Amino acid sequence: MSMQTQNKQPFLSAGTLLLLLVVGLFAVVAIYRLIFGIGATTNLTDDVPWGLWVAADIMVGVALAAGGFTIAATVYILNLQQYKSLARPAVLTAFVGYVIVALGVFFDVGKPFSLWHPIFMWQPHSIMFEVVWCVVIYTTVLALEFAPSFLEGIGKESLAKAMRAKSVVIPLVIMAVTLSFLHQSSLGALFLLMKGKLSHLWWSTMLPYNFFLSAVAVGLAMTSFETIVAGRIFRHPVSMKILQGLARGTALALACYAVVRLGDIIVKGNLGLAFAGTRGSMLFLLEIGLGVLLPMVMLFVLSKGGKRDENSILFAQMLVIGGVILNRVDIVYLSQKVEGVTYTPSWMEFALTAGLVAIILVLFRAAMLYLPILKHAELE
Amino acid sequence: MMAKGVLVDLTRCIGCRGCQVACKQWNERKGLVTSFHGDFTSPVKLNSDTYTRIRFVESDEEKGPVWSFVKEQCMHCQSPACVSACPVGALNKAENGPVTYDFDKCIGCRYCMVACPFDIPKYEWNSWAPWVRKCSFCSERITDGMEPACVKTCPTKAMFYGDRDKVVDEAKRRIADAPDRYVNHIYGLDEVGGTSWMYISGVSFESLGFKMGLPTEKLPDYTWAPLSTIPFKVAGFFALLGGVAYLRNRGTQEDNVKEDKR
Repeated sequence: MSMQTQNKQPFLSAGTLLLLLVVGLFAVVAIYRLIFGIGATTNLTDDVPWGLWVAADIMVGVALAAGGFTIAATVYILNLQQYKSLARPAVLTAFVGYVIVALGVFFDVGKPFSLWHPIFMWQPHSIMFEVVWCVVIYTTVLALEFAPSFLEGIGKESLAKAMRAKSVVIPLVIMAVTLSFLHQSSLGALFLLMKGKLSHLWWSTMLPYNFFLSAVAVGLAMTSFETIVAGRIFRHPVSMKILQGLARGTALALACYAVVRLGDIIVKGNLGLAFAGTRGSMLFLLEIGLGVLLPMVMLFVLSKGGKRDENSILFAQMLVIGGVILNRVDIVYLSQKVEGVTYTPSWMEFALTAGLVAIILVLFRAAMLYLPILKHAELE
Repeated sequence: MMAKGVLVDLTRCIGCRGCQVACKQWNERKGLVTSFHGDFTSPVKLNSDTYTRIRFVESDEEKGPVWSFVKEQCMHCQSPACVSACPVGALNKAENGPVTYDFDKCIGCRYCMVACPFDIPKYEWNSWAPWVRKCSFCSERITDGMEPACVKTCPTKAMFYGDRDKVVDEAKRRIADAPDRYVNHIYGLDEVGGTSWMYISGVSFESLGFKMGLPTEKLPDYTWAPLSTIPFKVAGFFALLGGVAYLRNRGTQEDNVKEDKR
């Protein structure tokens, strides 16, 4: 078998054309936003200063890219070689994801052309400052982790080999995990200042750990989702053993998350809030019931047994992804209720977010087709 | 210079809104066209052109209905959440009290607005390069030994300006001298670790719509806890992951052989 897929498809498919259309709309909205400003583009107000872009493009984006460090740690630190075929797609997803998160931040801040300020204007008492630095350094680390795929793709084999050496990869992965722990948890720590504004169903001094644990779970869920979907698109069968391993991992991470988050709520006597019948309590029950507990049980069951039930695994992992998306959106704006205030994102907010997702998918497709990303799996 | 403070004695305010006008004049903020919306509060909310306003509140008390006039502006916290939140140090707590803003540093992340326990910072949503706007405690004026514009203009001396310690003493003295005139609470003495602006009132702060149940801890302590331990976390992670990587990879081959044979 040659290095790339033997059943190589043309880059443009009907789906890809549709994605490029969305990217085109994105470009128009992006230019409009840069010319007319954030107020003209969004439905944000003084009552809702953070909306869809912060929730989706940043909070969700970073969480969904967590597969990059969890899989890298599994393969290179735990040395579980059976998952090696997942490493390159996961690192690719994370790298593309973080670059696009940075692009999302560029459009979300009120003064995009001042975005470089935190590099020179230090304020180490700010969680936001820490997040910026972690993301900048981690994106660099991801670029280095991604380098072997790229170098092989352009035929620089000797350089690629040097970048694949354990003495290079393992220190990079150690940095990746450390930086990810710091900024995934810090995205939660951002909201520690909101004591009294955020319901105790979300606010807790455990917020950093809740964010990190849910990121680990959703990182594995995304890897599983991607492996199955990409397997179908690029006609590349997926090993059931790998999917079951991922299912077990996701379920374990969800269990840790559930114990920490629910345990904390119960110990502090706030469980009653979950059954208060308010909008917040409904969102919480939806998040925990459908996004955590149900998929946790499903994935534990599916990870055992010899039956090949790819669709059920796919469904359960999608529930996990949905649960974490809802969690981040809840915390950023949905669960907060200011009297007389409603916020529905404008069509341009949705269009820009959809455009960022489309860019990720197009870049991912290009990399899958032109770089040796799936190579490992074929050799197994 | 000593940290300054202001005591707003709500029993003395007559709701003339002279402070609103003085603030607009001193800060050169444009007036807004507003319309009647059911009470005399105008505008409906603080905004990027209005750093202070008087809120008109009717409440039912034992002695009958009471009309209160509540001045709103930045509280200038002793340990401001917004200052700790800002990633570039665009917000600062000056030694003499004011929380000030530097547009040239600001990137527009709006974390200060999310972090403020009193929802004070407002944004210039209609601008291409928006400022965060809020009361500056007339920083330049008080640094030059003057009173804030609103305090200076108040015809009933509803605001008492001075060193914060003296302001607290004055609040305590007024409550002690006339315990039946005031509720026994100095709002801002302990809220979020204390604020430069404080209030005393004849009716309960709750019925006046003040934010109740705020933590008395300094809010930035909550975020400093994870931030200050970063060096230990990094060291711990490096040691743990390095150790595991060493044990798990010991004696195994350099990279996967399969991979090198394409």
